[in-house]
This record gives sequence, C-alpha cells and structure tokens, in this order.
Amino acid sequence: MAIFSVYVVNKAGGLIYQLDSYSPRSETEKTFSFPLDLVLKVHDERVVVSFGQRDGIRVGHAVLSINGIDVNGKYTADGKEVLEYLSNSSNYPVSIRFGRPRLTSNEKLMLASMFHSLFAIGSQLSPELGSSGIEMLETDTFKLHCFQTLTGIKFVVLADPRQAGIDSLLRKIYELYSDFALKNPFYSLEMPIRCELFDQNLKLALEVAEKAGTFGPGS
Amino acid sequence: MTVHNLYIFDRNGVCLHYSEWNRKKQASISKEEEYKLMYGMLFSIRSFVSKMSPVDMKDGFLSFQTSKYKLHYYETPTGLKIVMNTDLGVNNMRETLHQIYSSIFVEYVVKNPLCSLNQPIQSELFRTKLDSFIRGLPFFSARAG
Repeated sequence: MAIFSVYVVNKAGGLIYQLDSYSPRSETEKTFSFPLDLVLKVHDERVVVSFGQRDGIRVGHAVLSINGIDVNGKYTADGKEVLEYLSNSSNYPVSIRFGRPRLTSNEKLMLASMFHSLFAIGSQLSPELGSSGIEMLETDTFKLHCFQTLTGIKFVVLADPRQAGIDSLLRKIYELYSDFALKNPFYSLEMPIRCELFDQNLKLALEVAEKAGTFGPGS
Repeated sequence: MTVHNLYIFDRNGVCLHYSEWNRKKQASISKEEEYKLMYGMLFSIRSFVSKMSPVDMKDGFLSFQTSKYKLHYYETPTGLKIVMNTDLGVNNMRETLHQIYSSIFVEYVVKNPLCSLNQPIQSELFRTKLDSFIRGLPFFSARAG
C-alpha cells in the first residue's frame, strides 16, 4: 500500500504545491536489431510507442534511454535526435529502455487545473440537491481523494486503492498548511508554497499515514 | 439506497439513452446540453486519469463520488459508455453495468434489426426491460420511487 502524490490547488485552480512521495517504476530494457519492430512517434516533446506492444512495452511508453544514455525529450543526452538515430541501421543492435513517461511540472499544473474544472462540473451534474464536487475518484490502479476547505483550497491525495485513512490524512495536511504555510509571515496567499517546515512535516505525515493507515482521534 | 439516473453514450458521444428514477434536482440546462456536459466530463476524466496514473491501467476510470451521489462508469471495448448515478451506499457496480450491456443492450438493441446503432434508442421493449431490470436491483429502493 502506498500514497503516490499530494497536490494543493488554490481557489483559482492553480497548483501551489506538489509532492511525489512514491512512484513505482515500470521500465523495460530490451536489445533490438534493425529494423525496429515498434512504431515510435513524437508526442508532447517525447518519443513514445504508438504501435507494437510486446514484452512489457506498452503503447504510450516513452523512450527513457538508448544504450544506457538518458533521453531528454526528442534528444539523447549527447545531443543525437532519437528518431533519426534509431532509423540508421549502422547503429544497431541497440538497447532501449522504455517506461511510463514522468509528468513534467507543466503537465502537473495542467492536470491540477483540469481537476479543478472536473470538480465543478461534478457538482453541477448532480442528481441530488446541494452536492459538493468530486471527493473521491476511483480507478483500478489508484484512488484520488480530494478535500476542499471552506476557503476554496483543494487538497488532493493520490493513493493505492486499498490505502485506508486518507480522509484523516487530508485533514492533517490542512492542519499542516494552516500551521506552516499560513502562519509563515513570508508566505503570500494563493502563491506556491515554499516553506521548509511544511515540506518536512508533510513528509512525516505521509510516512505515518502509510504505516498506520489512519491517525488516531484528536491527532 | 437508490438509483438516480442512467446515461448510455456511443463511441462518438451521442446520448443513445437516458432514463431517471429518483432524481431530486434537475440541471438548470436543457437535456441535450446536459448530455454533452456529461460526455465532456467523462472524456476529460478519462484523459486526466490516464495521465495521472502512476502505473499502466487496465480498466481505467471506475467511479467517483461527491458528498451526495456516486457516478459509476463502464466502457465496452467498442467505446459504448454506460453511466449510472446512485447514492453513496452502493459499492462496485461494474458487474451490474456489464449485465445491462450484455443482457439488455445487446439483446434488445444490437439484435434488433429496426434499431440503428449510433442513434438514440427508440425501442419501447429496451426501455421497459431496462426499467424493470433497474427496479429489480437489490439496492433500488421502492420507497423512494
């Protein structure tokens, strides 16, 4: 069981804090001979698999490294263009590492504001009166829990579907936010949270929540 | 426990069927607009969830809940989407939604030569079968209906 990440979204839908606490790696490294039996394409400044799933390599996985040299976007660390390099038969055999692409900070910002609107639409489409927005969203790989305070700040936690005690964790994060961000004289409201004490205490709270599954009453 | 309403969308986002049972609040927009908003929300949730997921997903988005209702989602490999809103007490509905697909939609729409796919379902038989299926669910409370 695990808690994957924490997001704090301000009332305008801007991401003001994000922490990845645990990210499972699913990477596959494989040696290929020419011609490559996968179709790769450039999508969102990344080289991803668009056709040809095999041996744990899935459509949507990105090229992470070639012959042990890391890939950043469309280029390898030593400046070669990935697609061009892989279309040249003299470079083979080549060993390529594939994996789920990491979220960039831009994507995180975008996803946070996307959730902000989904939250609002969720309450608008309610068949019952006086509904809040999305409080919990379930998929087969993770559960997203969201707590909106009266002042409109949203705390979002992504966790394993079996992880218990997330509701009390969300309240605990609110408490930490009030204690270490709001009471910090150098913190300006609605702006990104850069407070060391908040960081430290949040990490501590996540550890406790992961281990215990729950906080005792009154903590 | 109760069932509020049910939407069926095809792969292009056309609302094939809508029915409601215990719906307390009507949206302030027209039904057509509401279908579009619902489909748009599901479309965004699907892409949101596939980007957010820390590992590769199999079934993807299953459900979400607010303080008042829970939305259950089921999608077939052909892109048909079944969405059901219930109250919070209802647990996993995947089986039930699959049953609606396999024993009602396939039987009375796909196998009906008069029903054209990709268009709102006119069949009265489908409507009655679906209604009696929902009313027969263990968590559909007759008291509220």
